[in-house]
Amino acid sequence: MSDAAQAAERVARECYGRLVALLAWQWRDLAAAEDALSEAFAAALRTWPVQGLPTSPEAWLMAAAKRRLLHEARHTRLTRNPNVTALFDDDTAAPTTEAVPDVRLRLMFVCAHPALAENVRAPLMLQAVLGLDAQAIASAFLVSPTAMAQRLVRAKAKIREAGLRFDPPEARELPGRLAAVLEAIYAAYTLGRQGPDTPAGDLREEALFLAHLIVQLLPAQAEAQGLLALLLHAEARRGAQFDSGGRFVPLAAQDPAVWNAALIDEAEAALWAASRLRQPGAFQIEAAIQSAHAQRRATGQTPWHAIAQLYASLAQHHPGLGARTGYAVALAETGDSASAMAVLDGLPPEAVAAYAPYWVARAHVMRLAQAPGRAEALQRAIGLTEDLRLRDFLATQGG
Amino acid sequence: MRGPPTENPMQFMLMNYETAAERDRRDDPATAPAYWGAWTAYIGALVGAGVFVSGNGLQPTHTATTVRMTGGKRQVQDGPFADTHEHLAGYSIVEVASLDEALEWAARAPCASAGSVEVRPVLPPPPAQ
Repeated sequence: MSDAAQAAERVARECYGRLVALLAWQWRDLAAAEDALSEAFAAALRTWPVQGLPTSPEAWLMAAAKRRLLHEARHTRLTRNPNVTALFDDDTAAPTTEAVPDVRLRLMFVCAHPALAENVRAPLMLQAVLGLDAQAIASAFLVSPTAMAQRLVRAKAKIREAGLRFDPPEARELPGRLAAVLEAIYAAYTLGRQGPDTPAGDLREEALFLAHLIVQLLPAQAEAQGLLALLLHAEARRGAQFDSGGRFVPLAAQDPAVWNAALIDEAEAALWAASRLRQPGAFQIEAAIQSAHAQRRATGQTPWHAIAQLYASLAQHHPGLGARTGYAVALAETGDSASAMAVLDGLPPEAVAAYAPYWVARAHVMRLAQAPGRAEALQRAIGLTEDLRLRDFLATQGG
Repeated sequence: MRGPPTENPMQFMLMNYETAAERDRRDDPATAPAYWGAWTAYIGALVGAGVFVSGNGLQPTHTATTVRMTGGKRQVQDGPFADTHEHLAGYSIVEVASLDEALEWAARAPCASAGSVEVRPVLPPPPAQ
């Protein structure tokens, strides 16, 4: 690869999200901003090998993309639009690093607009802010690439045609939109964890970066702190999740000495900051559950009674299959297998038919309760598990 | 009356492709229990979730014979239609609400980690004359 191509790739990786966010912000049109930026990258690959690398490749690309947008605007006679004329004013200004994170995040808030279909918000954020292509996003969400591309195109057309406001949401809108942004960051982290060889491999780090960023920008939002704490706890155990042979190690079998102590401390600090804000929420409860698991590092014991209480609270305020399944496991670990089985049996059969964690939990609870039917539950869990390493682990649990 | 879970059920064929190495795991005594265990669990999960319509595994490709008619003459050839890196090892027909749901099931097939799964909607019967 030539120097110019390498430089272009590096700039693309480092500042794609920033550049597209800034352009989309000034232009109020995400699709046009992306097109202009990809033209600018193509132009860079043509000119940089001949003319040499510019001193600031980022500013060069920004200027090229703006020229492209202006050219398009003249073509379509939109030059009286104040958004377009504004581009003339600061045409030479290079993006400043200070304003940048703010713009990225504001673009995420636009993507979380309630007028956009729910199933496109997170993918749109990944594309607009992280620069992933439709194919990679489709793989991450397990949707066909054509369907994902259509969803994204429709959403961008709506942003342009419906004139979605690019203003930061007002205070009363903030919690609703913040929730979607936090969900997307959480989804990005989870998808990034699913394997280093997926196209979404870098998602994990980007998600951690955004979680830090959002806490810096909105320090008084307890759920943002809660999400950061949750991700940091998960990240702290990343090295312990697979042994040297690549075999899956469940949380209970992990050696706490392998956990990353610095990350746990940082997670605890974020959770402490969240709790002082007195705005309870699902991410904070989930982070508190992980915090309780982390206590094993200091005490050698897992506080299952406390964990059961936290899951009960999660299931009450934020009901979901995950919360109730976790509640059942925690109850069984405290010795109350009967209540645990009652919780599992109370879940609607059609909802759990294809939900692997439920069957893993059921097999586990039945083992603790020495109840019959454990082998069948384990079989269902194996049949529903995608990850080969997890499936291999479950297969060893039959004895 | 139709049940509530699937509004417009569609049938898809999940075509399970395996590499030669994966297929050999069928017969190696060291790997056969894990191989068949994974498939049994997977089919069991399809049945348990109520989406399984039908399906079969196939004998390996060295048992295949391909027939075509050229200029009114039969041509019979040993082996599969196309010599590729991955071979069709079996299929399942599932009835689900959407392609997205079919893709979820495809991802869970044991050969999705050691080969690939092609997902195609089943052609509905032609309109009555």
